[in-house]
Amino acid sequence: MSGLVMPAPNADVLARRAQIVADLRAIVPGEGVIDTETEMRPFESDGVTAYRQMPLAVVLPSTTEQVSKVLAYANANGIPVVPRGAGTSLSGGALPLADGILLGMGKFNRILDIDFENRAVVTQPGVTNLGITTAVAHNGFYYAPDPSSQIACTIGGNVGENSGGVHCLKYGLTTNNVLGVEMVLITGEIIRLGGKHLDSGGLDLLGLIVGSEGLLGVVTEVTVRILKKPETARAVLLGFPSSEAAGACVAAIIAAGIIPGGMEMMDRMMVHAAEAFLGAGYPLDVEALLIVELDGPEAEVNHLIERVAEIGNGLGCMTLRASTSEEERVAFWAGRKAAFPAVGRISPDYLCMDGTIPRKALPLVLSRMEEMSEKYGLRCGNVFHAGDGNLHPLICYDANKPGELEKAEAFGADILLLCVEVGGVLTGEHGVGVEKRDLMPSMFDETDLAHQQRLKCAFDPDALLNPGKVFPVLHRCAELGRMHVSGGKLPFPDIPRF
Amino acid sequence: MSERLCPRDEAEVVEAVRWAVSNERTLDVAGTGSKAALGRHIQTDLTLDLAALAGVTLYEPEELVLSAKAGTPVAEIEALIAASNQMMAFEPMDFGPLLGVAPGGGTLGGLMATNLAGPRRPSAGAARDHALGVRAVSGRGEAFKAGGRVVKNVTGYDLPRGLAGSYGTLAAFTELTIKVLPRPETVETLLVLGLDDASAAGAMSAAVGSYYDVSGAAHVPADIAARIPAVAGAGRAVTALRLEGVKPSIVHRRGKLEEILRARGALSFLGEADSLAFWQAVRDVAPFALPEGGSVDTARAVWRVSAAPMAGAQIGAALREAGAASFYDWAGGLVWSEMADGEPHTALVREAVARAGGGHATLIRAAAPVRAAEEVFQPLDAITGGLIRRMKSGFDPGRVLSPGRMYAGV
Repeated sequence: MSGLVMPAPNADVLARRAQIVADLRAIVPGEGVIDTETEMRPFESDGVTAYRQMPLAVVLPSTTEQVSKVLAYANANGIPVVPRGAGTSLSGGALPLADGILLGMGKFNRILDIDFENRAVVTQPGVTNLGITTAVAHNGFYYAPDPSSQIACTIGGNVGENSGGVHCLKYGLTTNNVLGVEMVLITGEIIRLGGKHLDSGGLDLLGLIVGSEGLLGVVTEVTVRILKKPETARAVLLGFPSSEAAGACVAAIIAAGIIPGGMEMMDRMMVHAAEAFLGAGYPLDVEALLIVELDGPEAEVNHLIERVAEIGNGLGCMTLRASTSEEERVAFWAGRKAAFPAVGRISPDYLCMDGTIPRKALPLVLSRMEEMSEKYGLRCGNVFHAGDGNLHPLICYDANKPGELEKAEAFGADILLLCVEVGGVLTGEHGVGVEKRDLMPSMFDETDLAHQQRLKCAFDPDALLNPGKVFPVLHRCAELGRMHVSGGKLPFPDIPRF
Repeated sequence: MSERLCPRDEAEVVEAVRWAVSNERTLDVAGTGSKAALGRHIQTDLTLDLAALAGVTLYEPEELVLSAKAGTPVAEIEALIAASNQMMAFEPMDFGPLLGVAPGGGTLGGLMATNLAGPRRPSAGAARDHALGVRAVSGRGEAFKAGGRVVKNVTGYDLPRGLAGSYGTLAAFTELTIKVLPRPETVETLLVLGLDDASAAGAMSAAVGSYYDVSGAAHVPADIAARIPAVAGAGRAVTALRLEGVKPSIVHRRGKLEEILRARGALSFLGEADSLAFWQAVRDVAPFALPEGGSVDTARAVWRVSAAPMAGAQIGAALREAGAASFYDWAGGLVWSEMADGEPHTALVREAVARAGGGHATLIRAAAPVRAAEEVFQPLDAITGGLIRRMKSGFDPGRVLSPGRMYAGV
């Protein structure tokens, strides 16, 4: 771990470990509590393997009642709790704490209700993202958000991180597809928000829970909306001599009123890496490759494919191929989907970054990243959710070379700061976690962060849920609650009044 | 009417709120006041009038993003983006007609504070689904921001979304950034005639659950359809399914939908002009409109119920016992009910919603004393209520911003 400071463990909690484990066993009997080093090892990190920490104990509850009792116990005893789904976080959101319970939700693995008439699925949080789609596919339905980890990642984790995927521009992120949750607060109290209906008329607590990175509560049930799978999908490959030209094509497609189901860009390095990895048939003479997928009713898709081709040709694309079969469409995507393993083949290690930028800033950002690449002496390839401006630079490094991880991390931080500088944000879909925690002040000032923390204080005043994540400094709630108003009454301000 | 404070910029909003806090005065956070009759009826010492904070500050059609000061008229934004063939895809309804206020009078801040939506809600979301960024002044008299200006962002809590629908009780918006989307090229509507409410729910479920991208599904019983000129000629109940997009696609989808629905009832069809008029009438609840200048104090009570789509008809049937007339949007999941008179029959409504599997009933139109005495929004359980009170204490400890507008003590 490089320079990451986590909250200092509570020595009193560490000293009481044996008793705490015994107490937890009374709540979750049998194999539901893990405390040996060997068995806890798989839980010491999530998708960000550079950060590792053994927890105090791992607890694997299987009922909402157990979750409630574990949280109430943790709350009464001042023990931090780190919730975990499948552990695929790319921001260290499920990194354990030495004095904290790691609460694994994997046993909540049942789908409870499939309701095609109301187009909703009620599920336990440990069901995988793809598991929901699989359960409704026989009727032509699917669950829209599709993070690239969808085979493994859980819907509970998706709620925590507000996960996206390649289809978000058209179909939204998790937050736009979740209808309701059952959730346990740190007090052990259980609340239900939403249901099979769309908007509730009051404050949107549900919308605040989604993307809260496990800092507000533990979700024990999720209701999602499902959609009919599009009748047809076709993809077009467009190769361009420059990223500027590819970016102009993306802008022109959107300006023409077309919202593709997916629109991905790969730079030269990524095209070559993918081609070397599995021979997807990508053109190797291009600087930027676009995959534009249109989905929907067949007549519409065929019509829009022609319009996209016209736009591409008008903007000087060097290659243009529209898929004519499902096999060909899948082949177009294969290279993009294999981008990460393809980089794994040419570099021993890589860091995947996740900033979002206004699309028009892409040429500037790419050229500045090239300068950074030279400065740090590390290669960097780019895949880009071009429709929504979400950039995934992959920084290549070798963890066995002393200092390279630190260099790669500094390179990554520079990229994210650049994203903020051009009007973008630190994370488009991976979350803040521990990875981007200390960069938060580049986007938000103290007042901004204090208002976010006041939300946290309403749910978890003692900051026991996933402490050390998201916020660079977690102020005490009592301190945040104080209002600093001048002693006497202020004079009436000089503001127009009627 | 209470005295109005009219700040001209965010700094003056900060000053106004700080003054109110230190002098223990309450402020009604307002734009043009077009939705003043929504929510619980409250009396405040002053009105914080944000209408002077107006103007679009950023519009980049190719980036699908627009920022504007909170007091910017919605009509101005709609006209501006329409010129680039774009729209607010959540199709914000205009509460004016329902509340006896001139149409087209709302502001962007009011739109977001009340989380407006329209018939496209099931496929496109509500205002909160399009909230990208916010600048606001909390009840602590502090300006803060959250979110950003890009369409994909998970940096920090989603406060832009959480503040949408908070009716000014946590913070006063000063500037908002929203996602805009391309307008469909054209629109047509397939009608199924003469269905009862329960059969209509089945027809709408079949249509919305098909491959054919239905972007609006509403059912209007015969007596209410008679009040909507675009469909009054049918003389029967109409179940309307909207198709939007490029012409070749609509032709294809209409043909397929006709195959699916033919067995359920006689079919008819609305072209572009009639479709636009019909869906605007559904969106703005035109059948229950008050004449402009009419008083909500003497009008029939109106409820808006969000429920599971297949449960809507059951709720409509239960409210009919009290003489209510209802029609349905959101494929049956949004029930608009006009009661027989000014009496809201709140207990009956709450019970009907509970029996139908739960949902959210909001008393939209009722006399001020009724809205002061009753829960206007779905009542909160004790635990959720506690969370919301603690949020209020964090954002507005002095309870100066529209206190009580949503819930007593909040």
